[in-house]
Amino acid sequence: MNTAVNSDYLASLLAGARAGADSFSGLRARGIECANALTLPTTRDEEWRFTDLAPLQKISFQPALEAGAVAGEALAAFHAAEAPLRLVFVDGVYATALSVRAALPDGIRAGTLRDLARDHGALIERHLARHARFEDSAFTALNTGFLRDGALIAAGNGCECPVPLHLLFVATRRAAPQVIYPRCLIVAEPGSSLTVVEDYVALGDGVYLTDAVTEVAVGAGARVTHVRLQRESPAAFHVSRCAVSQSRESRYRSAAVAFGARLSRHNLEVTQLDEGVETRIDGLAVIGGRQLADTHTFMDHARPHGVSRQLHKCVVADGAHAVFNGKVMVRAGSRLTDSSQSSRNLLLSPRARVDTKPQLEIFADDVKCTHGATVGQLEDDEVFYLRSRGLSEPDARGLLTYAFAAEVIERVPVESIRRVLRNVVLQRTQQRSEA
Amino acid sequence: MIVPGAPPLLEVRGLTATVAGTAILKGIDLSVRAGEVHAIMGPNGSGKSTFAKVLAGHPAYAVTGGEVRYRAENLLALAPEARARAGVFLAFQYPIEVPGVANSQFLRLAYNTLRTSRGEEELDPLEFDDFVREKLELVGMDPAFLERSVNEGFSGGEKKRNEILQMAILEPKLAILDETDSGLDIDALREVSAGVNKLSNRDNAIVLVTHYQRLLDHIEPDYVHVMEGGQIIKSGDKGLALELETRGYDWVRAEYEARRAA
Repeated sequence: MNTAVNSDYLASLLAGARAGADSFSGLRARGIECANALTLPTTRDEEWRFTDLAPLQKISFQPALEAGAVAGEALAAFHAAEAPLRLVFVDGVYATALSVRAALPDGIRAGTLRDLARDHGALIERHLARHARFEDSAFTALNTGFLRDGALIAAGNGCECPVPLHLLFVATRRAAPQVIYPRCLIVAEPGSSLTVVEDYVALGDGVYLTDAVTEVAVGAGARVTHVRLQRESPAAFHVSRCAVSQSRESRYRSAAVAFGARLSRHNLEVTQLDEGVETRIDGLAVIGGRQLADTHTFMDHARPHGVSRQLHKCVVADGAHAVFNGKVMVRAGSRLTDSSQSSRNLLLSPRARVDTKPQLEIFADDVKCTHGATVGQLEDDEVFYLRSRGLSEPDARGLLTYAFAAEVIERVPVESIRRVLRNVVLQRTQQRSEA
Repeated sequence: MIVPGAPPLLEVRGLTATVAGTAILKGIDLSVRAGEVHAIMGPNGSGKSTFAKVLAGHPAYAVTGGEVRYRAENLLALAPEARARAGVFLAFQYPIEVPGVANSQFLRLAYNTLRTSRGEEELDPLEFDDFVREKLELVGMDPAFLERSVNEGFSGGEKKRNEILQMAILEPKLAILDETDSGLDIDALREVSAGVNKLSNRDNAIVLVTHYQRLLDHIEPDYVHVMEGGQIIKSGDKGLALELETRGYDWVRAEYEARRAA
């Protein structure tokens, strides 16, 4: 793929940008300017070594001008009973009629960027596009170049929200392939606490591109729990970025689960801006067929006394391909960092493939950084043990595979979602065994 | 106990088997009737554990000859899960850890699978909970074990106890205990043995594979067989076990060699 064709493709995506003046036009202009100077990554870029975007570039995606029609009942399966608030975006457009907005505790705000721009302009100005820099990322620059609206969740000083808030992004099947640019901003002011579920689903199996950007600002002493679900259409492309900034003594815990999309790439970067910060980022990808799921994370211990824990698991069946790159940087002066990362991968077939790479860059003394990666299959002894108790071979393999994935699923703090995830994994492992 | 006229549960004739191309079992003959307790003893490398695993159907072992009849059925023609459903149970020497699966979930699944195969209705979690608590008492296990992942973080003794708990739940007709005593301290050995004794009755049979005689102080065998070089070279009653304890195994081998030369 030569550069000229590559930047032509990026240019073709930019050609869909519309003019218009609103609070975000300045930001959009800067996004477009950056995108114009960039090209899409190729496999010659180290960060995209295993993830070839050529299939993406064969398709011409148009930004959806309006949302597809969706009946409320069609989304019933995606409801999380524990969440009193559900903001629904269809094809990137906020759908008032499909959303649920119950009363929230004092100081907790949730709505669209446009709705909240008037009363929370200062907060938005302080955070939007400040955490996910777009100067060096074509996809982030594109998303910013198209930014007209998005989801905003904010918790004021010391305000706690004990219930999960659900952001549901639905892609419908359109006549022609569409590109959607979801945008989320989550701000937890000092001492506050929030639980957010960021959920990408599809109705039907259309071909589309999701280019999503989420920013999370965790203030001093604040606690944010973030559940990310990706259940896109099997023919879709999902490229996403989540940038998290943590202030002093804050806590950020996230569980990201990926089941869908023909090709998915998730970039998660967490920066510990101050001392005494705790970060836990767990991930699970369960893929089959010829799916590719790529997760790149960057844990930046920029200050001392930080703790980070990461468990990333992939279950790979048929001829699918999972990629994991877990970068941990401990900057000079970040003494007493305590970091551990584990990448565990289960191959269910001879054609399945995993590329996993922990990447540690340590520039401080007096730190504890552990990392480990395993790639393997189900052990014959484990399978035999279960069969010797009466389970058929497919059931034994299914149970063991489910148990492998369950470790991350059990870390999702919303029971109704845990149930859904367990069922999806069970279904997928059973289907496989019946094949 | 030896029950006169009891039906044969297990008949092994000339069984030979290999693993990774190496011959381990070189012709085993054994007859086990309902109600009986048989002990199979022998030095390391004699093939005792291999015999146990072949009876259970471990895929790593290839049967190269001979025949095994279980309740008049050809056992070798059955897949491992079919043998389990037919009432054959192997208590593993090294029970496998299954992280991510709660012990209670696993036990209920195994039990319900058995019930389904017998045409009976499954027990729901609450019903099963009542059922399993009775069994826990039988083998002297703490209910706290139900919530932990199967065998994960269990001590050696706890793992062996979990095997006997499964035996109590599945109520097999033929239970093969592979070195169940290894790794157990005196108290654990006593409790596990008590559990096995409670489970033993006129209609089932137990085959104990063991290296040491001390297990047989607690679980009294009706027959003792000595294995060496993949064959059973001597059989006797419980007195034989005591003799092995004092004299070791060499004399049995010598006697066997002498008989063959003659």
